[in-house]
Amino acid sequence: MNRLLNWSPSWQWFHRLGSPRWFYQASGRWLPWLSLLALTLLLTGLVWGLGFAPQDAKQGNSFRIIYLHVPVSFLALAGYYIMAIAGAIGLIWKMKLSYMVMKAAAPVGAALTFLALFTGAVWGKPTWGTYWVWDARVTSMLILLFLYLGILALQYAFHSNEAGNKASAILALVGTANIPIIYKSVDWWYTLHQPATIKLTSAPSMHPDMFAPLLVMIVGFYCFYTVALLLFTRAEILRRERKSVWVRELALGGPAL
Amino acid sequence: MHPLRKQRLQLVILIVVAASVVVGLVAYMLGQNANYFYTPSQIAAGEAPGGVHIRAGGMVVAGSVKRAPDSLDVQFTVTDGTSLLVIKHSGILPDLFDEGEAAIAAGTVDDNLVLQATEVLAKHDEKYTPPEVADAMNQAYERKQKQNQEQYAQ
Repeated sequence: MNRLLNWSPSWQWFHRLGSPRWFYQASGRWLPWLSLLALTLLLTGLVWGLGFAPQDAKQGNSFRIIYLHVPVSFLALAGYYIMAIAGAIGLIWKMKLSYMVMKAAAPVGAALTFLALFTGAVWGKPTWGTYWVWDARVTSMLILLFLYLGILALQYAFHSNEAGNKASAILALVGTANIPIIYKSVDWWYTLHQPATIKLTSAPSMHPDMFAPLLVMIVGFYCFYTVALLLFTRAEILRRERKSVWVRELALGGPAL
Repeated sequence: MHPLRKQRLQLVILIVVAASVVVGLVAYMLGQNANYFYTPSQIAAGEAPGGVHIRAGGMVVAGSVKRAPDSLDVQFTVTDGTSLLVIKHSGILPDLFDEGEAAIAAGTVDDNLVLQATEVLAKHDEKYTPPEVADAMNQAYERKQKQNQEQYAQ
């Protein structure tokens, strides 16, 4: 009781966000809009990028895989930070929901990392002349896939949720060291992978007609990622809160939430 | 912030910093060993081991690609702007292999400092240009070169 009284008012929104029930209800309201936004952006970006953007002078049409490869790679890296930050919040505030977000981020991130590697291989064959190389970029990206899979496996390796949460969060935090390595690998070492086309500090080294649909795809994939993360988190909320009254009522078709 | 949470926050920061330092040191120690290929300068300076399988890369020098008329044998020169490296290969080159573009070859450097390659890969740069724009840029470049030549002639 004493600890409850110690909470300052400014943290109230944060603790309300930590309530799985509140989050389940709120995310249910966000999902239709987010899904619609993601679908619209992805369809626009795909049709624009694959059908209307000009082809590349050297690569021809095979460059168009960039419209998948770059967005999924962005989200594979950004999603790792989301997973690690969720794990850190779980460790510090013992917030149940935060651990559920962390667990949900692992399969989504693993799928995106796999897609980044797969689309890279498909593009590598016609461009480089090989599906796979062990250069610094590709290898560090493979390590990211193993980190995601390791966190996924660690979650299921413990009988109690609490022990699995802690172990996964610590592994997720340790793995953050890999993200800057992936990002900077093409600058620090000689790699077969080319340096970044889109940079924060300067204009993209890409024609605006090709860049515009790529930007739409990146924003679209951020929305899609949010939708996927929410869906996995909601499933995890129902699984972990299955003994609570509100989930039982929901399952029995009780009052609409 | 609750003192207990503050303590746990410090622990989280410690984990991230410690992991970053360790991984950063490993990456730093890997240094040149994590490079995917040697540059022609490194090979000319004798930094690349002879007789073992290595990779070398650079820009393919314009006009250096010589193909044998009756076989798949091909010879070309790559440069990093400082040194040159002759590469010999027998096989099909990737579609994007071209003069003035970057290429990476895997093989062994012989006593004459010629790389006998078993595999040649094309390295793509980070620039993406539509064909019309590339053509226009090439034409502008050629016009300028012609102007320069005329100026020298006068």
